[in-house]
Amino acid sequence: MEQLAAVLIDGIIYSAWLFVAAVGLTLIYGVMKIVNVTHGSFYALGAYAAASITGWALRSGMPEGLSYAVLLGAALLVALVVAPLIERGILRFMYAKDEVVILLITYALFLVLEDVIKLIWGVSPLFIAEPYGLLGSFDVLDLTYPYYNLILVGVAVVSGAGLAWLLGYTRTGKLLVAVIHDTEVSRAMGINVERMYLVTFTFGSLLAAIGGAFTAPTVSVVPGLGIEVIVLSFAVVVIGGLGSLPGAALGALIVGLVRSATVHYLPQAELFVIYFVMAMVLAFRPRGLFSLAEARKI
Amino acid sequence: MRSDRTRLALVVVLAAILLLGPVAPRWTLFLLTVAIAKGFVALGLMLFLRCGLVSFGQALYYCVGAYAAGMLGRLYGMSDIFTLMLAGMCASALLAFVLGFLLARYRGIFFGLLSLALSMILYGLLVKTEALGSTDGFNVLPSTIFGWRPADEWVRYAVLASAALVAFLAALAVHRYLGTPLGRLAPALKDNEIRVEYMGASARQAIHVKYVIAGALAGIGGALAATTVGHIDPEMGYWTTSGEFIFITILAGTGNVLAPFLGALIFGIIQSVAFDVSPNTWQMVLGGALLVVIVFLPNGLWSLFARRKAA
Repeated sequence: MEQLAAVLIDGIIYSAWLFVAAVGLTLIYGVMKIVNVTHGSFYALGAYAAASITGWALRSGMPEGLSYAVLLGAALLVALVVAPLIERGILRFMYAKDEVVILLITYALFLVLEDVIKLIWGVSPLFIAEPYGLLGSFDVLDLTYPYYNLILVGVAVVSGAGLAWLLGYTRTGKLLVAVIHDTEVSRAMGINVERMYLVTFTFGSLLAAIGGAFTAPTVSVVPGLGIEVIVLSFAVVVIGGLGSLPGAALGALIVGLVRSATVHYLPQAELFVIYFVMAMVLAFRPRGLFSLAEARKI
Repeated sequence: MRSDRTRLALVVVLAAILLLGPVAPRWTLFLLTVAIAKGFVALGLMLFLRCGLVSFGQALYYCVGAYAAGMLGRLYGMSDIFTLMLAGMCASALLAFVLGFLLARYRGIFFGLLSLALSMILYGLLVKTEALGSTDGFNVLPSTIFGWRPADEWVRYAVLASAALVAFLAALAVHRYLGTPLGRLAPALKDNEIRVEYMGASARQAIHVKYVIAGALAGIGGALAATTVGHIDPEMGYWTTSGEFIFITILAGTGNVLAPFLGALIFGIIQSVAFDVSPNTWQMVLGGALLVVIVFLPNGLWSLFARRKAA
C-alpha cells in the first residue's frame, strides 16, 4: 500500500517535471515542424540563470519568499533574450531546408550553447537549495514529501492549461492553429507566419527554461544538464505524438508512472523501460498515441 | 574513370599509413587508429545519408561491436584483433538484420528517433548491468595479431596497420557496392521514393541492405575502438556518441568512401587540439564547424576536392 502510494506520488511529480520540460518541444514541432535539440540548452540555460540569479538575490538580502518569482524571472530573462536571437539570427534562414537538416542545425546550436553555458557560468556546480526547503514538507502515510514538489505539479498544470487556453480561446492561438494546419494558406490569408514562428519558438523555449529554473533548486546545476533532458523530452513527445498537446501530457504521465514503478519494483530497468516504451510506440504507432494519420505528400 | 582514381587513392593512403607508421610519433598512431574506428561508423552513416536518412542511434552498433569484442576477451581470453573485429561485425550485422525489418519502414525524423530510442535501450541496459561493470564498463585485453603479441613499442603500429588494412578492404567493398544498381538507388531514394517503386525496385529492401551494411561497419569500428583504447563503457552507446558520428558524416560529405575516414581524422584533430587549447570551447568549435558546413558546403568537405577535380 505504502509502496503503491509512493509509486503514484513519485510518478506524478516526475510526470509534472517531464511535462514542463517537454511541452515546449511539442509546441515548436507542431507549429514549425522543427525537432528542436536546442530545447535541452534552454532547459540548462534556465537552470543556470535561476541558480545564479536567485543565489545572488538571496545573498544580497532578498526575502526568501520572493525566490519563486525570481526563478520565474530568470527563466523569462534567458528565454526572451536567447530564443529570439537564435530564431531571428539563424533558424529563420533555414526553414526551406529538410526537417532532418534543421534537426542537425539545432544539434549544432546545442553544441555551441553547451559551451556558451560553460563560458558564462564555469564548470563548477551551482546550488540553490533555499526555495526547496523553504516550504517545509507534508506526510503521506509514512512518506515525507517537500511541498516544493507541489509547485512543480502546479507549474505543469498551469503551463498545460495555459497553453490549451492560449491555443483554443485567444486570437493568437487560433491563428497559430491555422498555421499548424497549413502554413501556405495561412500566409495567403494574411497571417504573419514569420512572427508566429518567432513567438512560438520563444514561447516553447521559455517553457523549457521554466522547467530548468524550477528544477534548479532540487539538483546540483552542472554542465551537461541539458544532454539527458533533451533525449527524455524526445521520448515523452514521441510517445504522445509529436506536435500534440494532450499527447505530451499523456506521454509525460506514461513515462513518469512507468519510471517510478520500475524504480520501486525493478530498479535495474529504470532507463531501459522509458526507451523501450518509446520504441514500442514508434513501432506500432509511429506518429504517437495521439495523432491522426497524415496523408503522404509527394 | 573516377572509380579507378578512388581505388588508387585508397591504395596510396594505405601504403602511406603502413610506410610512415613506424617513423610517425606514437600519439599520431593512436589518433589515426581511433579515427579509423570512427570512420567505419561514418562510412555506414554515409550510406544512409546518400538516401536522405540520418540515424541518431548508430552508436548502438558501435557499442554492440565493442561489447562483443570485450566479451570475447572476458569470457574466452581472446585478444586477436582480426577475430575481435570479425566478432564485432557479426554481432552488429545480426542485430541490424533483425532490427532492419522494423527500421526499413521509417523515413525522415522517425527513422532518426526510432534509432535513437533503440540505442538508448541498449544504453539503459548496459548502465544497469553490474556483471558488465555498469557505468564504469570494463577493460579489454591488449591486442594480439594471430596469436603474436607485439612488443610494447610496436603495439600501436601493429593495431594501426591491421585497422588500416581492414578499413582498406571495407572501403573498397563499399566503393564497389556504390557502383552496383542497388547502391546507385540511394540518391534516387532521396529524391523520390515513389518513382523508385514505379521502376520496380523495393525501397524497403534497398534500405534494409544498407542498414545491415552500416551496422556491420559500425560493429567493426566498435571492436577496433575497444581493442585500441583498451576500455569500453556504456557511454559508447549514448546519444552523444551517435551525435559525433553524425557530425563526422556531415562534415565529410557523401562524395567518396575516403571522405568518412578523413572526416573522422579531422574530428579527432579538432577534438584533441581544441581540447588542449581550451577545454571549455571545443564543442563550440565543433558546433560552429557543423553549422558552417551545413550552410555553405551541403555536400561536405569532400565537395571541395570534387569541385577542384571537375575544374
